[in-house]
Formats: sequence, C-alpha cells, structure tokens
Amino acid sequence: MSTPTGTTRPTRWAADDQGWFGDTAGQWGGRFMPEALIAALDELDTAWQGALADPAFGREFELLLQNYAGVPSMLYEAHRLSELAGARILLKREDLNHTGAHKIRNVLGQALLTKRMGKKRVIAETGAGQHGVASATAAAYLGLDCTVYMGEVDTERQALNVARMQLLGAEVVPVTSGSRTLKDAINEALRDWVSSVDHTAYLFGTAAGPHPFPSLVLSFVRSIGDEARRQCLELTGALPDVVAACVGGGSNAIGLFAGFLDDDDVAIYGYEPGGDGVETGRHAATIHAGEVGVLHGARTYVLQDDDGQTVESHSISAGLDYPGVGPQHAHLAASGRATYVPVTDKAAMEAMALLSRTEGIIPAIESAHAIAGVVDLARERPGQTILVNLSGRGDKDMGTALEYFGLGRATPVADPQSATAEQQ
Amino acid sequence: MSTSRAFARARAEDRAVLLGYLPAGFPDVDGGIEAMRAMVEAGCDAIEVGLPYSDPVMDGPTIQAAAQQALELGFRTSDVLRTVEAVAATGVPTVVMTYWNPVERYGVERFATDLANAGGAGLITPDLTPDYAPEWIAAADERDLDKIFLVAPSSTEERLALTTAASRGFVYATAVMGVTGARAASSDLAGPLVARTRASLAEGRDLPVGVGVGVSTGDQAAEVASYADAVIVGSAFVRTLLDHAGDRAAGLRALSALTAELAEGVRRAPARA
Repeated sequence: MSTPTGTTRPTRWAADDQGWFGDTAGQWGGRFMPEALIAALDELDTAWQGALADPAFGREFELLLQNYAGVPSMLYEAHRLSELAGARILLKREDLNHTGAHKIRNVLGQALLTKRMGKKRVIAETGAGQHGVASATAAAYLGLDCTVYMGEVDTERQALNVARMQLLGAEVVPVTSGSRTLKDAINEALRDWVSSVDHTAYLFGTAAGPHPFPSLVLSFVRSIGDEARRQCLELTGALPDVVAACVGGGSNAIGLFAGFLDDDDVAIYGYEPGGDGVETGRHAATIHAGEVGVLHGARTYVLQDDDGQTVESHSISAGLDYPGVGPQHAHLAASGRATYVPVTDKAAMEAMALLSRTEGIIPAIESAHAIAGVVDLARERPGQTILVNLSGRGDKDMGTALEYFGLGRATPVADPQSATAEQQ
Repeated sequence: MSTSRAFARARAEDRAVLLGYLPAGFPDVDGGIEAMRAMVEAGCDAIEVGLPYSDPVMDGPTIQAAAQQALELGFRTSDVLRTVEAVAATGVPTVVMTYWNPVERYGVERFATDLANAGGAGLITPDLTPDYAPEWIAAADERDLDKIFLVAPSSTEERLALTTAASRGFVYATAVMGVTGARAASSDLAGPLVARTRASLAEGRDLPVGVGVGVSTGDQAAEVASYADAVIVGSAFVRTLLDHAGDRAAGLRALSALTAELAEGVRRAPARA
C-alpha cells in the first residue's frame, strides 16, 4: 500500500490519523468499511478527539471509574503462586471491577461519548457476554437503550450473562448466521448500525475494528497499564521484567501493554487461545497461526483459508473465540516488541484450578490463559517479576468448569471407617 | 469492456441501464452462469457477479443465504473468474462485486490481471473506499478496469467528490441506509442522493450514477429509472432462485420473467432528467 502523506503520530506504537499502525502506512489497521458508515466513524472520531482535548470529559470519566467501577483496581502479589512458579507474580485485579472485568472501562468511556454525541441508543456485540453486560450496565446507568448481539452458540455457553443483560434492561439478540459466535455478532451489529446510525452508537468491545476504534478503545483502557506501572513501582521499587495478558481481540492486553511499550527493558507477552492445540486446526491463535488479511474493517492477522474466507475459530473461552485480533497487536508482533504464545484449553483450565487453589481467586477462563502462560514462562525467568492482567473473574465460567472438571456434586464419605481403613 | 458501453447504449435509447446481480456459485457454479446468461437474454444490460464471502456485513438475509450456500458447496475465488468469463462472452459488461479480503488474499495485482483476462469490466467494492484503495486504484488504472465505489445518503459533499473523482465506469449509490434486500416502499433518499452525487462531479465530467435501492418490480424500476442512470437489482433475483430451489427450470423461467418485467420498467420511465 502507498503511504499517505501529512500524517502525524505521537509515538511509534500509535496509529496515524488514518488509523495505520506500523512503520509503513497501510501495514496494519486502517478503515475497510462501507461508505454508509464512514460519516458515523468520522463523527465518532471527531467527538472522541474533542473529548480527549476536554479536561471536563477526562474528569467525568475518571470520577465515574472511581465512584462507579471501583477503579483503580489493586495490584496483588500472588505469594503462593509465585512460590510454586519460581517467579514473583503480580496480578492486576481487573476481575474486581464492577461487572467483573476490564471491559467496564472501555464501555463507560464510549457511553459517555455517546451522551456527548447526543445519541440515545447503543448497540454492542459480545462473545463471553462480559462486554454485553458492561454495555448494558453503562446503558442503564446513563439511561440509554441497549441492544446486544450475541452468537447463538455463545448465548448457550454463557446463559448467565444473557440473564444479566436482560435484568439490566438490554435486549439480547441471538445471532444465527455463520459460525454463530463473536465474529457473526459483530457482523450483525454492523448491519444494525448501518440502518440506525443517525441515532445509535456502536460500543465496540475490543481494540479492533475500523479506525478510530482500535485507538479509541485503547484510550479508555490504557489506564490499566498506567495504574499497573505506578503500582508496581510503589510495590517493588522497580518496573516488572515482564507484563503479560491474554489476547482475543486484545483490549485488556493492549490496555496493560500501553503502559510499558516505551520501557524497552520490559518484555511483553500475549497469550492466545490455543484451543485443542494449534496443530489440530481447532484454535483461535490468530497471530501465531493466522495470515495477513482484512476482517471487520482492519488489516491484521486473520484465521482464513487460501481464498480469504474467514475460518471458524475455536476456544473453550467465548471471550477469546475470535478469528481476528486488534491491529496494534499485529504491529507489536510483527515488529518484535511483543511475543505471542498459544495456550491450549487444557492448560487454561488447569491454570483456572491452580489460581483458585493457590490464591483463592477464581479467574475467568480468558485470564486463565495468561496465568498458564506465565507459570510456564517463570521457568525461563526464575526470580523475575511478572505482572499479569487478571482481566476478569470466573463466575460466568462456572458452567464450563462444572462440566470440564465434573464438579457440582458434593461427595459425602459414606462409611467413615472404610475411608480410614484405606488411608492405613 | 467497460460498463460505459452499456450506459452509452442505454442513453442512445433514452433509458436507464438494468444491472442485474447474482452471486457466483449459486445455486452452483454452472447453475449461476446459466442464470446470469438467462438474465442477459431477457434484458439485463450488464451483470454484477458477486464473490461469496464468509462475513458479508452489507448484505441482508437473502444474499447471505445464497452466499452461504455457495461457500458450503466449495466455492473458490477462481470460480468467480470462470463465471465472469462465461457471462462476459455474451457481450454485456460484467463486473465483480466483492468484499475486500478475498481480493487481498488472491493478490490485488494478480486478481486485476486475471479479471481483465477473463473479460471482466471491473470491481464494485462495498467495503473499500477510495481513501484506503491506492493499491487497487493503481492496479485498475494500469488495466483500464472500472473502479466502482459506493456513495450513501450519509456521504458528505466532500466524500461524494472524493468518491466520484476516484470512480470509473459508474458510481454506485446505495440509496437506503441499510443492508441489501428487496423493499416494498421506495426510498425518499435516493433521488436527492443521485442529485448530490451528480453535483459533486468535476465540471465537464460525465459519470453515470447507478442506484441500488431494493427494487423488485417493473414499477419500482420505472420510478428509479426516472432519475438514475442504472437500476441495480440483486436480492429480488436471488429471492427468485431461492424460491424455486427444487426446480431449476422453473427458477430460470421466473428469473427471465422478472428480468423482462424490470427491463420493461427501465424503458417505461417518463422523460429522464
């Protein structure tokens, strides 16, 4: 692609004003969208730039995060896990935020923008349901109408979150086209938006999609990394050796990474959903195993076949089950600034149990991918400080855990004497 | 062969062009070719061959269903080129309508070359706007292919000018805010959009404006033809084939009948603006 001229960028990791990441314009990101939506994306871009430049907006957002969402989240030293892994593991407790994940930061920012633009309705896509719940929450808080598109497959594996959204007053629409998961929910939300754009804002759930979404979402979640950097300095007196997060679309990861991109000595690791194993083809490890392409408005790594048709992804974690990835991650991977490693379903589920038993913290299966990754990484980096984004809590995943581990049935000892006898 | 040929011919007859759409590979590759040939025979002035794609965000349920059927039957990008070759051989301008990723994956240069060699007139690109299309624009210009970009009721004057300046062959006005699909009522956005699009043209430039607005009847075609240079019909043709899924011969007859009705419609239009 040729290079448009006259573009500006604050740092080498940020996008230019056409949404291109990378050393050459045209490399990653951009805006591959129907003309019908361009005016809305421009309107959003203008409103967002105005908000960024408006100290009153910044204050309102910060206060809302503090007083409503419970932000800043704490940085927690996981002593028993650290001992077991052989490295100093710090957890950024985004699971303690209101609604149980980092997603609330992005959604409150976008909902405030919606209000600023004078729109009365929001739509959102959701995979695991966390972004949908966060959107429904923000809509309830600000008095906006809310419709959430969710793949039919995901409504089944995350029924509890469907109920949450409904209780919060949102309409949840099951999407039955294509693979009936997150990517199809995005397609359907875009179809809604093209017909409703004059009064509706699209609350995009991750740092992907057409410009300005990757940069806009980053601007609302980058406080994760800024807080973590400050907290780590306070706690340990130094920067971490490694920061790590799970990566589906990549918003929790980019939020954390952004705080450390210019710290060249801090290694950055993203953990992708390896599903049944990358070699089986049943996975969602987009950076590790995808090819360069365009999906949902951005040039990035895409799981696709030889003809550019999107391939269905697979992950036990609905929130990571996406065949694309945010373009800034593609840039960080291609430039070598960050390393992306697949983690299988099995390893993630084992890490879910491990963190539960060592720390008394039940992580979301998404976040458990990162826990599995860093426990593994600790072997190569004994004694180092590894800061992990614990992006969400596991309550929503209890159905999956119940089935996976065969839990849920209490096991009374029928004959205490025989149990004693066995021990002898 | 540029689509401008079809426009020149229609203008000589003081009428609008009828541009018919079907996705390639639907109901299967040969069946699609046969259907498009029937449309040409019954009065389509140009054909738009869709490239089925897994994530068609601008399409409504009808075209989604057809594309999904094609993909399930194993449609490959090379099939669209084979379809273009067969349809262009009838002598009408034949363009491809495609989402961007399949072209990028095939290779922009390679796709442009193979499309030109197949006798294709150019590309309609629903999710590629001129400001993000330098590679395609260069490849098309090198081979004299039509670059058909889209305008919408939400396009600003600035974007209309940008889009028409970059377009070749014609410019495609999506005259409803929404996905593709047949609509009973006509859009009151279409006429003003066509007028604004024409007003955006550089002085002395003559670029036809085609309108896609969910037309499915001769009366609707006549109405759109009164202000547009081309009436673009897609979902109604696809619907006709879906409705006759069990009987191909009947499907082709219905397709021809619909084409004839629409072709009569574009000829019936009152004195054109």
